[in-house]
Amino acid sequence: MTEAHPIGLSIRNGSKIYPGTQALKNVDFDLRMGAVNVLVGENGAGKSTLMKIIAGVEQLNGGTIELDGQQVVFTDKTDAARHGVGIVFQELNLFPNLTVAENIFVGHEKTRAGIHIDSQAQRTAAAALMKRLEQNIDPDTPLGNLRIGQQQIVEIAKALAENARILILDEPTSALSATEVEVLFRVIGDLRKQGVGIVYISHRLEELIRIGDYITVLRDGAITGSRSMQGVDIPWIVANMIGSASKEFPKTGDHQLGSEVFRVDNVCLPSPAGGYAVDHMSLSVREGEIVGLYGLMGAGRSELLECIMAQHPNSSGQIFIGGKPVKEKSVSGRIRRGLALIPEDRKRDGLVQIMTIRENLTMSSLSDFTRTFHLSLKAEAIKAAEFVKRMAIKIASLEHPVSSLSGGNQQKVVIGKALMTKPKILLMDEPSRGIDIGAKAEIFRTMRRLSADGLGILFVTSDLEEVLALSDRVLVMANGRLTGQFPAGANAADVVSAATPNLNRVETQ
Amino acid sequence: MSSIDAAGNTKTVIGGHKSRTSALLLLLHMRTFVALILVFTFFAIAAPNFLTTGNMLIISKHVALNAILAIGMTFVIITGGIDLSVGSIVGLCAMVAGYLVLYGIDLNFIGFGYSLQFNTIEICLIVLVVGIFIGWINGLLITKLNVAPFIATLGILYVARGAALLFSEGRTFPNLSGNPEYGSDTFRVIGSGTFIGLPVSVWIMVVVALGAAYLATRTPLGRHIYAVGGNERGAALSGVNVDRTKLFVYMFSGLCAALVGLIISSQLQASHPASGETFELNAIAAAVLGGTSMSGGRGRIAGTIVGAFVIGILADGLIMMGVSSFWQTVIKGLVIIAAVVVDQVQQKLQARVVLQQNAN
Repeated sequence: MTEAHPIGLSIRNGSKIYPGTQALKNVDFDLRMGAVNVLVGENGAGKSTLMKIIAGVEQLNGGTIELDGQQVVFTDKTDAARHGVGIVFQELNLFPNLTVAENIFVGHEKTRAGIHIDSQAQRTAAAALMKRLEQNIDPDTPLGNLRIGQQQIVEIAKALAENARILILDEPTSALSATEVEVLFRVIGDLRKQGVGIVYISHRLEELIRIGDYITVLRDGAITGSRSMQGVDIPWIVANMIGSASKEFPKTGDHQLGSEVFRVDNVCLPSPAGGYAVDHMSLSVREGEIVGLYGLMGAGRSELLECIMAQHPNSSGQIFIGGKPVKEKSVSGRIRRGLALIPEDRKRDGLVQIMTIRENLTMSSLSDFTRTFHLSLKAEAIKAAEFVKRMAIKIASLEHPVSSLSGGNQQKVVIGKALMTKPKILLMDEPSRGIDIGAKAEIFRTMRRLSADGLGILFVTSDLEEVLALSDRVLVMANGRLTGQFPAGANAADVVSAATPNLNRVETQ
Repeated sequence: MSSIDAAGNTKTVIGGHKSRTSALLLLLHMRTFVALILVFTFFAIAAPNFLTTGNMLIISKHVALNAILAIGMTFVIITGGIDLSVGSIVGLCAMVAGYLVLYGIDLNFIGFGYSLQFNTIEICLIVLVVGIFIGWINGLLITKLNVAPFIATLGILYVARGAALLFSEGRTFPNLSGNPEYGSDTFRVIGSGTFIGLPVSVWIMVVVALGAAYLATRTPLGRHIYAVGGNERGAALSGVNVDRTKLFVYMFSGLCAALVGLIISSQLQASHPASGETFELNAIAAAVLGGTSMSGGRGRIAGTIVGAFVIGILADGLIMMGVSSFWQTVIKGLVIIAAVVVDQVQQKLQARVVLQQNAN
């Protein structure tokens, strides 16, 4: 098999150091042509870094890259593209207002005399690419009219238009429907036959086993397993992803769980693409319990939290706090009833960046410092200072803009803001996203402490290790539905399987 | 400018330049005020008769009109919006005031056989309600119907101006001296009366400014205004009622415009449907000059007032020096642009200083 798949690109002893962390540690990686090279690992394991290095977006601090036996250094993405390396990012970089052909050639338009865009030549070339990818897409269609799956194909065509011989696909199926996944897999199969070397990154392990020829598993910046896909099964992958020694997570405290404090009953959210984004979800949380909600991107976890937080007026279903139904339709009403949300995107949803740390901390609790309509700045500052101390937020002054803080400290401000409303239920959406290891451990310790004080916590994560180590109970969501429920200490492979129940979903089309 | 260059080196030298940086920051922070003093001093020396009591009173009366509008505008801009309709609301409210003083509300056409007449207080209240109502429509368009603030208030700019013209078929309502019989002869006091030596309109400005400053800094509503402008989604998820906050700022802006409409019609003893034209631009200019950020989230009432004074004194002083009105317009534009450029410099410097303090 190896002879049939010559090594196109190889990295030897590759290291990448970011300030504060080593993202890659002496990595040896072989990319085989005419094959699908699968890359898998937890969030933060170094997949993205490795992929960015191959695509020229980032450069190695140590080690070498060889392309067809020649040592190369890609100075940037354009340089890598010139060497035949193309990449399709998870977030599509396309322009919905331009046509398919215009999108494919954006940035390197076919021109006459360098000025006049040769639309006809672009159209012809785009049509040829669509034919090569066996797609029936008119090059003149505005991109915005295409389905996400088709847009992804256009993104692939864009890479091929630059004569890519190596194609990196970063979680290409996360936003696709079952039929679209099949189409994509057929395209990948064709490209493989044409000799293109494909790097395929995904969290969906079944998918990897189905499509991959070779697999490389990364953990904490090092390669923990690398072999041909023959004989690989999910337990093998999970074992290599997580390893035997667990990271430093606080151990589950032995406090008693109280009675049920929060219940979600039959919550539905229609999806704009048809079907349900949240499909008849029901769950409950007890006092002092940490419930981990695991699932892949697009499983509907964040949407569920948004429904609970009154962000979707067209959602249905009921929620109960302490057995009493929550009828309030406004966010402030739900906060009053004891709900608090730590949003996934801190910058966009969690903080007002230009306001001060004090103003951000007290944003949801201003009425506590207000008599009739007079806001006591003194009472506010005292309370803010108290929470800075309680959350151990490192600041120089309460009056500095919150944007001057590090990610971890910003996250503590968001949590402090939520706690100041004295919630009964804390909803946390990816609470450890984008913060360093030290701050992560601190946030987890805080969660433990809060639950020991009787707070119910429902947290969403895509980090398998995190959900297993931190939760008193693990719930798994996929396609908007609850697909699994596990006690603490569940088997990782089972949790992963529950998160990807669509192994046979093709047959349902 | 050389001092800014010196401060630019603070990244490497921390100890020695620290106090200099903060002094410069303070100066930049107070820049509108510094500009005010400079402009004032310049004209006091260069323009004869500038420093007379009479002239000061004239300036303050002019400034009061723009400042009141600019206060309302400041709140709107802090939420990330814009209110282009204030000038037209001034015109419409002036016409409503003039009509009420001259005719009252004619009930003949519905068969009552007489017309309602109002005293000054009642007229003022009705006019203010009209202003607030138009602001409320602006707010509804922006919050419930999702129209961009620029477009919504541009539309209302035309609608309100047209309504003002329709009111009198384009004519002026003259001789608004009021009628002692109805208690409306005191109408002229709003525009031309004085209280402890200052024009009533200036007192109105002071009251509105103090109220607005209190609202901005010492009430939850004020905090919400800043939060909505800083990050609308973040504010909403923190439990801030975004729609209600926006509705308020446009209604408040309408109220401010109605006050100006009252003052103008009373000052002139006449209502002209074209009054208030382009006032919205001067109000925006004052707010921006005072440090209000057009992208929302940042601005202070005190800054806006000082900004209005800079514009007013500049205009008045240049007239007194005999500079042509064409040049005045050019100079006003340059001053506004300079203010925004300096603002950018301050933002950069401030961010750097904060980062430095955090690093220590």
